[in-house]
Amino acid sequence: MVAVLESRTTVQLGGRRGGPDLATLRGDRWWVQPIVTMSILTAFVVYSTWAAFQNRNYYVGSTVHRDLISPFYSPCLSNNCVPGSSIGFGIHGWAWSPALIILLFPLGFRLTCYYYRRSYYRAFWWSPPACAVADAHTSYSGESRFPLLMHNAHRYFFYFGLILNAILTYDAFRAFYQPGIGWGVTVGTLVLSVNAVLLWSYSLSCHACRHLCGGQSRSFSKHPTRYRIWKFLTPLNAKHMNFAWASLIFVALTDVYVRLVASGALTDYRLF
Amino acid sequence: MADVTMRIWRGDANGGDFQEYTIAQNEGEVVLDVIHRIQATEAPDLACRWNCKAGKCGSCSAEINGKPRLMCMTRMDDLPEGTVTVAPMRTFPIIRDLVTDVSFNFAMAERIPAVLPPPMPEGGYRMFQEDVERGQEFRKCIECFLCQDVCHVIRDHEDNKEHYAGPRFFIRYAELEMHPLDTNDRRDYVRQEMGLGYCNITKCCTEVCPEHIHITDNAIIPLKERAVDAHYDPIAWLGRKIRRQTKRTAAEAGVQPAP
Amino acid sequence: MTEYEHHDYDVLIIGAGGAGLRAAIEAKQRGLRVGIVTKSLLGKAHTVMAEGGMAAAMGNVYPEDNWQVHFRDTMRGGKMLNNYRMAELHAKEAPDRVYELEQWGALFDRTKDGKILQRDFGGHRYARLAHVGDRTGLELIRTLQQKVVSMGTDVFMECKVLRLVHDSAGRIAGAVAYWRPTGEFVTFRAKAVILATGGVGKSWKFTSNSWESTGDGHAMALWAGAELIDMECIQFHPTGMVWPLSVRGLLVTEGVRGDGGVLKNSNGERFMFNYVADMFRAETAESEEEADKWYADHSAGRRPPDLLPRDEVARAINNEVKSGRGTPHGGVYLDIGSRRSAEYIRRRLPSMYHQFMELAGVDITREMMEIGPTCHYIMGGVKVDADTAATRVEGLYAAGEVAGGMHGANRLGGNSLSDLVVFGRRAGTAAADYIEGGGGPVDFATGEVDAAIAEALAPFTREGGESPYDIQRDLQEMMQANVGIIRNGAELEDALVQLDGTFTERVANVTVTGGRAYNPGWNLATDLPSMITVSKTVTRGAIGREESRGGHTREDFPKASAEFGTFNLAHRVSGGTYEGEFSVARSPLLTMPDELKALLEEAK
Repeated sequence: MVAVLESRTTVQLGGRRGGPDLATLRGDRWWVQPIVTMSILTAFVVYSTWAAFQNRNYYVGSTVHRDLISPFYSPCLSNNCVPGSSIGFGIHGWAWSPALIILLFPLGFRLTCYYYRRSYYRAFWWSPPACAVADAHTSYSGESRFPLLMHNAHRYFFYFGLILNAILTYDAFRAFYQPGIGWGVTVGTLVLSVNAVLLWSYSLSCHACRHLCGGQSRSFSKHPTRYRIWKFLTPLNAKHMNFAWASLIFVALTDVYVRLVASGALTDYRLF
Repeated sequence: MADVTMRIWRGDANGGDFQEYTIAQNEGEVVLDVIHRIQATEAPDLACRWNCKAGKCGSCSAEINGKPRLMCMTRMDDLPEGTVTVAPMRTFPIIRDLVTDVSFNFAMAERIPAVLPPPMPEGGYRMFQEDVERGQEFRKCIECFLCQDVCHVIRDHEDNKEHYAGPRFFIRYAELEMHPLDTNDRRDYVRQEMGLGYCNITKCCTEVCPEHIHITDNAIIPLKERAVDAHYDPIAWLGRKIRRQTKRTAAEAGVQPAP
Repeated sequence: MTEYEHHDYDVLIIGAGGAGLRAAIEAKQRGLRVGIVTKSLLGKAHTVMAEGGMAAAMGNVYPEDNWQVHFRDTMRGGKMLNNYRMAELHAKEAPDRVYELEQWGALFDRTKDGKILQRDFGGHRYARLAHVGDRTGLELIRTLQQKVVSMGTDVFMECKVLRLVHDSAGRIAGAVAYWRPTGEFVTFRAKAVILATGGVGKSWKFTSNSWESTGDGHAMALWAGAELIDMECIQFHPTGMVWPLSVRGLLVTEGVRGDGGVLKNSNGERFMFNYVADMFRAETAESEEEADKWYADHSAGRRPPDLLPRDEVARAINNEVKSGRGTPHGGVYLDIGSRRSAEYIRRRLPSMYHQFMELAGVDITREMMEIGPTCHYIMGGVKVDADTAATRVEGLYAAGEVAGGMHGANRLGGNSLSDLVVFGRRAGTAAADYIEGGGGPVDFATGEVDAAIAEALAPFTREGGESPYDIQRDLQEMMQANVGIIRNGAELEDALVQLDGTFTERVANVTVTGGRAYNPGWNLATDLPSMITVSKTVTRGAIGREESRGGHTREDFPKASAEFGTFNLAHRVSGGTYEGEFSVARSPLLTMPDELKALLEEAK
C-alpha cells in the first residue's frame, strides 16, 4: 500500500496555453538527427537480418586462415553449425540458421538499452522526434505498461551480454592462438579483437552496470570499493552513446569481414 | 549595432498572437535586455517574469526560436541572424504574454515525502564529500522548469499532469534516494504515483538544463534502476528474502510523511 | 469598504527569502496559522544570489574559532556601529542554525573527517563560512523552501503587499496586497506581521540586486510608524562585473579571493598592499610572498589585503580607477586563472566560471576578470529589538536585510545568510510568544485599505503623467551619481532637493497603460513609492553623518569621527507616505556590557 501524499495545490487540467498551436516553433534543422538515426538503425536491422538468415559463410576454418567466426553466430549452438564453429554441444534438430538462437540476447540488450531507447523513441516512434517538437501520438503511457514494461529486464540482458562478451573475447583469443598451430596475427584477428573491446566498452558503460556496481548505494563512504568502481565507470557511462554506435557498426563490419573471407572473396592478410 | 526584430507572443487565456518590435541592440546583450528595452519604450505592459538576470533564480524561462531557454542567459549575438521569436513556455497554462502559470510544479513539490534523517548527534552529522556530491549536482537546480516544459509526457499529453512528477522532481527524488542521512524509501511511490515509468528517457530535459545537470543519466535512470531493485528484479527480491533484509520498503510500510 | 479576497492568519510573513521562510518554520512549529506573501515565485528570492557561504563559528577547520572571535570580527567589520546584542546573538546562535539546515536536507561541502567545510572570507579571522561551492544561498533557500512546503504552509506567490494595516489602537492588524497575475486586491488580517522583504539596491543603477529589491519592507515599516536606522550605510560589493554593460553590477563572489584570486590594476600591480588601514595593519600581510603563504597555511603568514572588509576593498578599487590605473571598461582586474589550476577553479567556483564564460565570453581559468564595485547590501533598516526582532510598532517584526543594526556600518561577507536564519527564527519565536500571550489587533482599519488601493489604482486614471520606467531610470542614475560609493555634501544636498521636489512630484504623477493583469509597468509604479522613500532616508542619513565609516564615505569628511561613532541616525516619517515629513534623530548606541568590551579590547 503506497501512501499518497495530498498536495494542497491542485493540478488544474485543460488550462489554455500560450504560443501558437503549432507542432514546433523551431526553425533549425531538428529533423536531421532523427533521420540519420533512423537510417543507420534501419540499415543495421536489414543487414543483420539478412546475415542471420544466410546460415553460411560465418566461419573461417584454421586450415587456410586464422580461426575466425562472425559475432552474429558465436557461440554456435546447434548441431547444424559448420564444422569447427560449434563449441561442442548444440540443439538437436535445429533446422534454421544458428544465429537465430543467440541473436536474441544482443538484440534484447540493445533494445532495452537506455541509450537506444532514447534513439528509437525519437527516430521511429517520434515520441518526440526532437526537443520541443510535438509528439506524433495523441495518447501516451510511456514505459509504464506491457510490453515496454519489459525494459526493466535490461540488467538481465546485461548479464547475458557479459557472457557473450566473454565468448567473443575467447573467439578473438582463438584467432590469435590455436592449439597445435600456434600464434599468428592477421587483419581478421585484429578485427575480432577490436570488436570484443568495443563490446566490452559498450557493456561496461551501461547504465545498469553503473547502478549495480556501485550507484545503488546510498552512502559511498561506507562502501569504498563500490565507490571506486562507480568512479571508474562514470566517465565510461558518459560515453555510452559513442560506444553504442561504435560497437553496433563494428559488429556488422566484423560480420562483413568474416563473410567476405569465408566466401573466398577476400584473403585474410597475415601481418606476422 | 544594427536594430533587431523581435517577434513576441502576446496574449492571455483568451488567445493571442505574435507581435513584431524592431528595436536597437547593444553589444553583449541578452534576450532579456531587449525585452526590457521594449517594455521601457514601446510596450510598457509586456508581461515577462524575471528576477536576478544572472541565471541564478530561474524565472525568465521562455521559448526562444522554439527552444526552451533562459532569456537572461541567451546572448543575442549567439542567435542566428534575422528575426528572434520569443514565446511563453508551452506546457503550462498562459497567464499573459510570456508569463505562464507554473503551479503544476508547486503541486508536485508538495507531494514529495520529506527527508527523514535520524536524530542529530552531538556536534552535527558526519557525511563525506563523496556522499554528498551526487545530491549536490541535483541541488544546483534553479527551478526554471525548462525541463518540465520540454518534457513531452506533459507538454503533449495534458492528462498525464495528474500523475507525473516530471524531470525537475525526479532529480529531487533521486537526490533524496541518494541522501546519506535519509531513511525514507520512495521507490515504489515514485513508480506508482509519480509516473516514473512514463519517462521514456528521450533526454530533452538534459538538453535544455541551464545548470547542465545530467538529469537523465544521473537521476532518472538511477531511479528507474532503483525501481527495478524494489519491484522488478527477482534476484534482488530473493536476495532480500535470504538475507532477511528488514529495510522497510515503501510497498510494505507506506511512505513516511514529513516529521 | 468594497469586499476583497480576504485571509486570516496568526502570523503573516512578508517576503519568502531566507529570513521569511525561517520565521515561518518557527511559527508553524508552534502550531500557529502562518501565511507567507511574496512578490515573486517561491524559491526565487534574492537569497539565491548569495554565493560564498554562511558564517558560523563551528570551528571545523580552525578549532580555535569560537563565537567570541566571530563577535569581535563582526563588530570591527561594522566599525562599532552595530547593535552589539544582535552581533552577540548572531555569533552565538549561527552554528546551531547551520546544523539544523542539515537536518532538513542541506548538503554542505565536507571536510576530510566528514564535518561541514568552512571557507575563508574577507574580515573573518578564521575560515568560517559553511558553503556549497559558490551557490550557498540557493542551498539555503531550497532547504528552507522544502521544509516550509513539507509543513503545509500557505504561500501567496506573486502577490505584492502595498501597505501594512493597523487596528484602531495603532497595533499592526494585517496588510493589503494585490495578485500580480490578476491585479485583484487581497487583504490579510493577522495578529502579528513579520517583515522579511530584503534590500533596496534597485534604486541604484549598478547593482547586484534583482528587481524585487525595492525596499518595500523598509518603506512600509516607516510608513507604519517604525524607525529606520543606519540608512546611509550601503555596502558596495568590491567585485561586480563591469562588462558587458548589460550585466554591469552582476556579483562576482568574494569566494574568488578567498580561494586565491588577487586584485591587480592595469599596471599588473597588486595594489591592495597600498590600502591597508591602521586598524588592520597588524594582521595583514606586507608582501606578496607572505600573503601567498597564508592561503596554504594560515599560521605561516598574515592575511592578504585582498581579503580586507568589503568597504576597504571597494574604496581602494574606486581610487585605482580614479587615478587612471583601471581597465578599459572602468574596473580593475581580478586574477585567479594564473594562480590556481583550471580544474580547481571549475570545482570551487562553477557558477562564476559559467557566468563569465556565457555572459562575457571570458574564460576565468585563463583570463583575468574585469570587476568594479556594485551596490550590494544595505546595512541599515528597521530598528528592532535584538532578542525579539520587534519594532516599535506593536505586532510588527522585522528580520533579515530589512532589519538594521546587526551589521553596523559594514557587513562582513557570509554574515548575511546566518543573519537571516538567526533572526528569522527569533522573529518567528517572538511573534508566536506575542500571540500566545494574547497579543493581537482589536479591529482592522479598512480606511487604510481603501486608501492604499486608491493610491495603487490612481496611475490608471491619471492623464499626462510619466512612464514609471522613465522615473525609475532617472532615479537610479541620480542615486548612482549623487549617493554612490563616494559622497560629498553638495551632491547629497542636490540629491535631496531633487528627491523632495521633482522626484516626489513625478512619482505622484506616474501613469500606466494596459490592464491590471500581470502588468509590469503598473507593478513598477507600485514599487516607486518604496524606492523613493528609501532614497530619501539614505540621502538624509548620508547628509547627517559627517564622517566616513564603513559603507558610508564622505569626501568632505574622510575620517571616522569619535563623536559620530556613538549613535545611529534614526528616521521617521509623518503622514505614512513618501510625501510625508521625514525627520532624522540621533539614537545613541546600546551600552555594551564589560565582558564584551573586554573581548574587543583583547583583540587589539
